[in-house]
Amino acid sequence: MTFIDDTLTVFRRQWRLSMRNPAWVLIALMQPVLYLALFGPLLTRLPAGVLSGGASAGTGGGGTAAAYKFFVPGLLIQLGLFGSTFVGFAIISDWRSGVIERFRVTPVSRLAIMAGRVLRDVVVLVVQAVILVLVGTAFGLRAPVTAVLVSLGFIVLVALGLASVSYATALALKSEDAFAPLVNSVVVPLMLLSGIMLPMTLGPGWLQGIARVSPFRYIIDAMREAFTGTYGGTIMLEGVAVAVGLAIACMWLGSRAFLRENT
Amino acid sequence: MPIIEAKGLARTFTSRKRGGRPNAVHAVRGIDITVADGEIVGFLGPNGAGKTTTLRMLTTLLTPTAGTATIAGADLLRDPVGVRRRTGYVPQAIGQTQGGTDNQCKVTEELLDQAALYRIGKDEARARAELLIGQLDLGGLGDRLVKTLSGGQRRRLEIALGLVHRPPLVFLDEPSTGLDPQSRSNLWGHIRGLRDGLGTTVFLTTHYLEEADALCDRVFIIDHGVIVADGTPDELKRRISGDVVSLRVNGDAGKARELLARQPVVRDVAATGDGESGDNRDGDGGALRLTVFHGAEALPSLLRVLDDAGITMTSINLSRPTLDDVFLTMTGRSLRDDSPSAAQPADAHPAEAQLAENGSDRG
Repeated sequence: MTFIDDTLTVFRRQWRLSMRNPAWVLIALMQPVLYLALFGPLLTRLPAGVLSGGASAGTGGGGTAAAYKFFVPGLLIQLGLFGSTFVGFAIISDWRSGVIERFRVTPVSRLAIMAGRVLRDVVVLVVQAVILVLVGTAFGLRAPVTAVLVSLGFIVLVALGLASVSYATALALKSEDAFAPLVNSVVVPLMLLSGIMLPMTLGPGWLQGIARVSPFRYIIDAMREAFTGTYGGTIMLEGVAVAVGLAIACMWLGSRAFLRENT
Repeated sequence: MPIIEAKGLARTFTSRKRGGRPNAVHAVRGIDITVADGEIVGFLGPNGAGKTTTLRMLTTLLTPTAGTATIAGADLLRDPVGVRRRTGYVPQAIGQTQGGTDNQCKVTEELLDQAALYRIGKDEARARAELLIGQLDLGGLGDRLVKTLSGGQRRRLEIALGLVHRPPLVFLDEPSTGLDPQSRSNLWGHIRGLRDGLGTTVFLTTHYLEEADALCDRVFIIDHGVIVADGTPDELKRRISGDVVSLRVNGDAGKARELLARQPVVRDVAATGDGESGDNRDGDGGALRLTVFHGAEALPSLLRVLDDAGITMTSINLSRPTLDDVFLTMTGRSLRDDSPSAAQPADAHPAEAQLAENGSDRG
């Protein structure tokens, strides 16, 4: 399979480059860890039942356990959202240095130039997610291993799709100045509408209605459900369907844009 | 079988201005290029002439809007991957994008990665990387990060990357732009070595007329998307303006002038230093400038004519017109405006400086 070999060739190069400055992998974790340390404790004081709102059928009273079961999945999605939508920045500098063009005149699959990078991003993100869960555990998260694995699966799907779109968009824009505000204006509303900090069920009807359009809303609900130890319900099915659909649609869009000749 | 055979290659870009009609820009308008195996060919043209667009078409980065081409035995349109497999490409190092190396990579890593992209096995890749490091004077730099290399070293690495898969044909986009004169002439040596040592065909674009002159067996001049001239640098120069013979005689310059003007090989005789051209610094009236077909062959007969007439010469100098003269004639523009060499002091290129001076009173 030449495509897989090519993807691995690109992956190895990108991984090596990432590992040249592994500090960045950790620095990218600063934000969610700070949320965990400085915002998480606020949630532990909420009255019982607020966080489990309408999303799932009661995890019992409030307190530390419920707070982190609610908050850690949110942070994982936030990590995935920001971590994978901002990867496009790197490809703009790769384009500028001529590396992209250099790769495109070799027989390597042009799709692999993107796929190898996406694979690297997914691996980096999984490493970060595992660290985040461990830190969360230190703060008082108690979650079944299966739930953590299910969450990682969701993160992988989210990253596959968003990183692909991010690369394609960045390569089409070829300008950090245009890319940064674009990403922010897409990611921030998506994040706010996903109920990362607080359950959307607390909001008024109209907000809950709008939030229905954010695919991450469904994914995060499914992850929270997993953290309560339920894996077979409608919420989980919806979450999986949305995550898989989103990943496929985004990868398709990304690869189409990437294969266009004038990149 | 030529290694490059392009027919009617064209590329039109459509740009849309807001509120306006689509605007078609004909970057390249149907050009034919034939390059034989083992040639070093230069592609010369001012900025925006269509050089890079042509190169991007030939290297499969851009699909032509018309025309066909066979490159290293592969059809450009039907088998672009075949073209990529058999050609090397070294992108321009200065401009919107750079030469294709990553600051954070080590020299050897770049070479090994490049080999992997051509699906060359690990052991073979290692051997080739070592060989190229030696061939391109990169010895001892294998473990250095690209960002620590000098401009010349980095350019040589970029050229090495284009050669990892031993292509029979390599495209170099402005290989020496941005290099100091010493690195540039060093690079020319390497490019000649490619052809002489490995039989590689080299297709390069350049801004530097000296470069095309010194390096290329054949030159294409492109302007406004059309090839306006092609031939060996010597052919082109002969075709355009003949050779220039400057001489100085003792005594009867008028008679010498008359005699020389009668020779069939002489196209034009002008007395310099007679105030006509404003070049009367010498003021002795004995200097003549002749435009001569096949100057080197004509020189002996000219000497004989003067000798028979008993006219003695104090000096004689044969100079060839430069490609700049050719370029000026073909495109109506001087490449010099684009070339940093224009900024060099005149005495760096005495022959050219002299010709540029002469050129003004010739036309």
